[in-house]
Amino acid sequence: MRVENFFKPLFALGLLAIWHGWGDSVPEGLAAVSHLRPETPSRAEPYPWWIWALVLFGFSFVVGILSLLGGMGGGTLFVSVVGSFLFFHLDFVRGASLLVALTGALSAGPGLLRYGMGNLRLSLPAGLMTSTGAIIGALLGLRVPTAVVQVALGLTILGVVILLLKAKRTDYPEVQKADELSRVLGIAGVYLDRALGREVPWQIHRTSLGLVMFGVIGFMAGLFGIGAGWANVLVLNLVMGVPLKVAVGTSKLIVCLTNTAAAWVYLHSGALLLILAVPSVLGMMLGSWAGVGILLRLAPIRLKVVVIALLLFAGARSLLKGLGVWS
Amino acid sequence: MNQEGQPSPSSSDLQLFYARIIDGGAKLGFVLLLVTFVIYVTGLLAPYVSLEEVPRYWSGPVAHYLKATRLNPGWTWVDKLKYGDFLNYFPIALMAGVIILGYLGLLWRFLRQGETIPSLIVVLQLLVLALAASGFLRAGGY
Repeated sequence: MRVENFFKPLFALGLLAIWHGWGDSVPEGLAAVSHLRPETPSRAEPYPWWIWALVLFGFSFVVGILSLLGGMGGGTLFVSVVGSFLFFHLDFVRGASLLVALTGALSAGPGLLRYGMGNLRLSLPAGLMTSTGAIIGALLGLRVPTAVVQVALGLTILGVVILLLKAKRTDYPEVQKADELSRVLGIAGVYLDRALGREVPWQIHRTSLGLVMFGVIGFMAGLFGIGAGWANVLVLNLVMGVPLKVAVGTSKLIVCLTNTAAAWVYLHSGALLLILAVPSVLGMMLGSWAGVGILLRLAPIRLKVVVIALLLFAGARSLLKGLGVWS
Repeated sequence: MNQEGQPSPSSSDLQLFYARIIDGGAKLGFVLLLVTFVIYVTGLLAPYVSLEEVPRYWSGPVAHYLKATRLNPGWTWVDKLKYGDFLNYFPIALMAGVIILGYLGLLWRFLRQGETIPSLIVVLQLLVLALAASGFLRAGGY
């Protein structure tokens, strides 16, 4: 089967969902409690729940493929696309996204550790910072008006687009001298690079700056309900000088900690609707597996363009939705 | 170069130990989530909030949902595990708890090896995660 034919029914489903998702109305059933928050974007549903479960599954499946092919975690793409184009409230989209990112990281983490692609000692202080930031971000994200989060999300996604276009990640950054803090923490290592066919030693610098940045990344992850693995990789690789492959692997370990902390806050706050979360988790996981096969057939540069275009559109949509320009 | 399917020599024993805990917990949580979700959508166990009712709440903020369904945030979901929907919270909590379990394992290993600084970081991390899991920190309620 051709790749294009494979995508056609999913795109049709997505277009139906996007078309249906735009525009809000308040259902009669919620009128009695609409005084609770200034925003009351609930709506009557002409379709049964399972249609939307299937739509979410299809959406997440495509997002799972694109996120893998675009070289980023699924959470950011999931929140930006589902939160911007579908009508589900951002509270529940973020709760579902955290679960999506957490299951993805938990699935990938052990394998990466086994092959020495992630470094546990490096993830210890970084994860402590991100998880602390994530709790603060999650608490704030569920308290501030949705429009504010939507605007901030839009700006962040547009920032990610710029980073994806501009950032020049280095496979083997040169670190002349390890800093004192990294030596105290015992962070250094050797990993087996299969492409080179040899073991590559590495050490890090600018540890303090990196850890502060991880606190900010965790805050963003909790606020937007994302894994923010892309940000972890950038800080590990560009700021601290971790080789790219180790940075990618370690990022998954950090995401496990970030999202565990944020997921508990969302879970205890009731911001988890199973009909949104479980089909999304399944769709993302199957999409990631299918993405591996598709990856072999399509040119990477074209895929990156697709992901960047999608993020650009979703970021703009999120920003305009939050500003009330395009709701 | 080692064979495909074999752990890398650069993976320490500690990393493999931690990987085993996460891997086992995540797989168990995922399988249980599938089972409990099937129980939920097929109606084998009656849900607290019916599936037909859920679409009325999913486009409104979480505060609406909690108020309209008379749900209290925090650990009160444990009392509702007899319902098909809340049964799914068990595997989700398992997946959100597997890292805590892994870190308890790490703490034991670090203490046994006499590594003070990593032990301290792990203790701090456990405190942060315990605080998040405690249910004291929550938002979006009434």
